[in-house]
Amino acid sequence: MTEHKHEPVPFRTFILIWFALLVLTVVTVAVSRVHLGAWNIWVALTIASIKSSLVVFIFMHLRQESKLFKIGLLTLLIIVAIFIGLTFTDVLYR
Amino acid sequence: MIIKGLLPMSIEHRDDTGARFGMWLFLYTEVILFSGLFILYSVGLAKFPQQFAEASHKLNIYFGTINTLVLLTSSLTIALAITAIQKNKIKLTLNLCFVTIFLAIVFLINKYFEWSAEIGHGIYPGSEHLAEMGPGITAFFNLYYFTAGLHGFHILIGGTLIAVVATLIAKGKVTSDRYTLLENSALYWHLVDLVWIFLFPLYYLIL
Repeated sequence: MTEHKHEPVPFRTFILIWFALLVLTVVTVAVSRVHLGAWNIWVALTIASIKSSLVVFIFMHLRQESKLFKIGLLTLLIIVAIFIGLTFTDVLYR
Repeated sequence: MIIKGLLPMSIEHRDDTGARFGMWLFLYTEVILFSGLFILYSVGLAKFPQQFAEASHKLNIYFGTINTLVLLTSSLTIALAITAIQKNKIKLTLNLCFVTIFLAIVFLINKYFEWSAEIGHGIYPGSEHLAEMGPGITAFFNLYYFTAGLHGFHILIGGTLIAVVATLIAKGKVTSDRYTLLENSALYWHLVDLVWIFLFPLYYLIL
């Protein structure tokens, strides 16, 4: 693999992302106190997904990594989706 | 591309990108490990929605929220440490590592108080009090203790890893030219944060 160093991510970027993560945490807690029925869990999962994308792409520098890293992550997500999907084809139709 | 360190007659074999990719591969397997537990959770939730909500109410939302803020902040400090070492600010890097380790300890202390309170109420795997509350609530707490316990164990490993890297930075073995170890420990630490990002709403916040 070719050796290339990442440009340092400015402190400011990380602090802004951190702030966004804090705001999203407050939003999750606030929304969870309102009864939305089954929607509660989907809202919680959506916010958690947004938070984790921020962590993965910015904090973990995935944005700066080569395509290989991103394909790896995509493969992982597909595998996990298959696990969940196959489990529920069983569980839901028992 | 200019490669530093080629002027002396020694040729160094290193592949930083490869080392990072190796770490990512390992982290993918960690995600698979935790996703198994989350799948168990979702099956439990589908089977016992009321009981899971009831059990979730017994968890202390304040402990959960504070620990979320602690972990997010520790993720920030270790991310900042990478930028600091890239800019060759060694003192700052070390301090950021120390803050991260400190926050890891704060997280574990919080967990200690939280679990003590719950165990004090007779809620722990295998307790009679829990068995009386029925299978749904028992399943919730067994999964909660296992998942949060495994996560806490990861905090312990991640904190230790960062402490080791901090020592190496202080000794000058990890430098602004060679900091893959710090990067990989930071990646591990972020994974711990990622798991908590899902664990927190799923266990503490369901209505």
